Amino acid sequence: MSEQIIEVRGLTKKFKNITAVKDLDLNVYRGDVFGFLGPNGAGKSTTIRMLLSLIKPTSGSIKIFGKSIKERREEILSKVGAIVEKPDFYLYLSAYKNLEILGKLSGADVSRKKIMEMLELVGLSKRANSKVKTYSHGMKQRLGLAQSLLHDPELIILDEPTTGLDPQGMKEIRELIIYLSKIKNKTVFLSSHILREVELIATRMIIINKGSAQVEGTVDDLLNIDKLTVSFEVDNIDNAKNILRDSAWKEKLISSTNRELSFGLVQNEIPELNKFFVEKGFSVSSIIPVRSLEDFFLKITEGEGK
Amino acid sequence: MITLIWIELQKIFRKWRTYIGFIAIGALVTIVQIALYFTGDGYIKMLTRNFQDTFIMVGNLFNGYLVGNLVLTGLYIHIPFLIVLVGGDLLASEATSGTYRMLLTRPVSRIKIVTAKFFAGLVYVFLLIAWLALLSLGVSCLVFGTGELISFRGKLIIFAADDVLWRFLAAYGYAMLSMFTVFALSYFFSSLVENAIGPIVSTMAVIIILIILTALPIDFLKEISPYFFTSHMIQWEGFFGDPVDYEKIFKSALVLAGHIIGLCLVTTYLFTKKDILS
Repeated sequence: MSEQIIEVRGLTKKFKNITAVKDLDLNVYRGDVFGFLGPNGAGKSTTIRMLLSLIKPTSGSIKIFGKSIKERREEILSKVGAIVEKPDFYLYLSAYKNLEILGKLSGADVSRKKIMEMLELVGLSKRANSKVKTYSHGMKQRLGLAQSLLHDPELIILDEPTTGLDPQGMKEIRELIIYLSKIKNKTVFLSSHILREVELIATRMIIINKGSAQVEGTVDDLLNIDKLTVSFEVDNIDNAKNILRDSAWKEKLISSTNRELSFGLVQNEIPELNKFFVEKGFSVSSIIPVRSLEDFFLKITEGEGK
Repeated sequence: MITLIWIELQKIFRKWRTYIGFIAIGALVTIVQIALYFTGDGYIKMLTRNFQDTFIMVGNLFNGYLVGNLVLTGLYIHIPFLIVLVGGDLLASEATSGTYRMLLTRPVSRIKIVTAKFFAGLVYVFLLIAWLALLSLGVSCLVFGTGELISFRGKLIIFAADDVLWRFLAAYGYAMLSMFTVFALSYFFSSLVENAIGPIVSTMAVIIILIILTALPIDFLKEISPYFFTSHMIQWEGFFGDPVDYEKIFKSALVLAGHIIGLCLVTTYLFTKKDILS
């Protein structure tokens, strides 16, 4: 296992009578794109604020880069870039000036070349001198990413970074996160409610609900934690049903119609069943996994157990 | 720290509201100067009416020093309104606009941030009072010339022309200390809330209430009014007394300085403990 970047133990935050985060443990390793999932009010933003020392935990410990955030706050934050909830800027200043100010505070290189590079990276270089109050929400999100990357941090914490972006913008941010992880070797802590996105880019993830961790692990493991409901559309479906009766796959068959057969499968059984049909001479026209991470997420957060 | 203060100054002076104070002072002083330019002789006659039969007044009594003194007296109570516009906004606006989240996730201690903002605010107050001095004294001297300063505070005092400038400099210096206190109070309120209106209204409410309580002819209030910081804010007038009661001025200055330091420390403590929920 590689170096642990974030280590959270027994993290709890209470606001008077409300427990926002309860006894949370987190483990993020170097190079992870760590998905942090949960419904609204699950405690994601509160957790992120505690990671960044914006709010103080009621109990528990947070170590980042092996050091306590309580004791070594400045040293840790010099290596962390973050967007917490929606990125807000000094609206009366230009994007360039905002980056210059925030970069100076982070000890970053705030030369014109460096700032323009960052703005170019997020597609805002042509609007560098426009006041941020003239920016759309999507542009502010991009600028938020630029400010989080300006000081070349090792750990990037992104809280819902694609909120308000159009599909193309979401794709670009997704690609940027992959680029930061794979090419720049950054560790990314990604909070998102868009589960499909996390499924596509995260290596490890945790799902929290009502302030508590429900499940944590690699995305692959979590995808296989429960059977998927997979619908196979094959030709000559009556023959297919007959052949299934004489095979081990009959145990996996959940339901059938005159067009498709639905099976309860784990991830790696899907290609095996496909191969079975093909070898028996059937033509498989579609395979649709009905249960995805989203189903799993909903199941967990609706309290149906894990 | 210098960089932090410079950053805060840039934020202050790129906001429109910062210039309201400078514009307001510019407009008010100009109006007063124009009014006195046309009616100043009448004012001198009114001020000296009880002495005209006894004394012969010679020289340029209606001059820039008199105008500067009148403006200082007249505008002094209103300057706090202009101070709190910025002081009340300094921390609260970061909460309102959500920029706390950006600012406080930087590798800079909260103590440094809150201290830098405080000093940047003091710079604003300094510049505002300096602007007031420049217009009310500097421009007035250019327009009306210089001469003896005639001052009526319980008794009529006439200061020699070469005995006036230092009094003004000391008075403006003391006025700065007074306005620093107003700023510190508004800054303290600004750290408690997430909207700049609250600190602005609260600071002015405190000042107005204390001034009213001081003015009421009630024995108990007369006894406790020396403990109100507002009672010490007007000690700048002491520099236009004869003789100057330095001990009284020094004690009042200490009270104001104590308020400034105390409010700064409490604000810093609260700010470092604050959960950023905005």
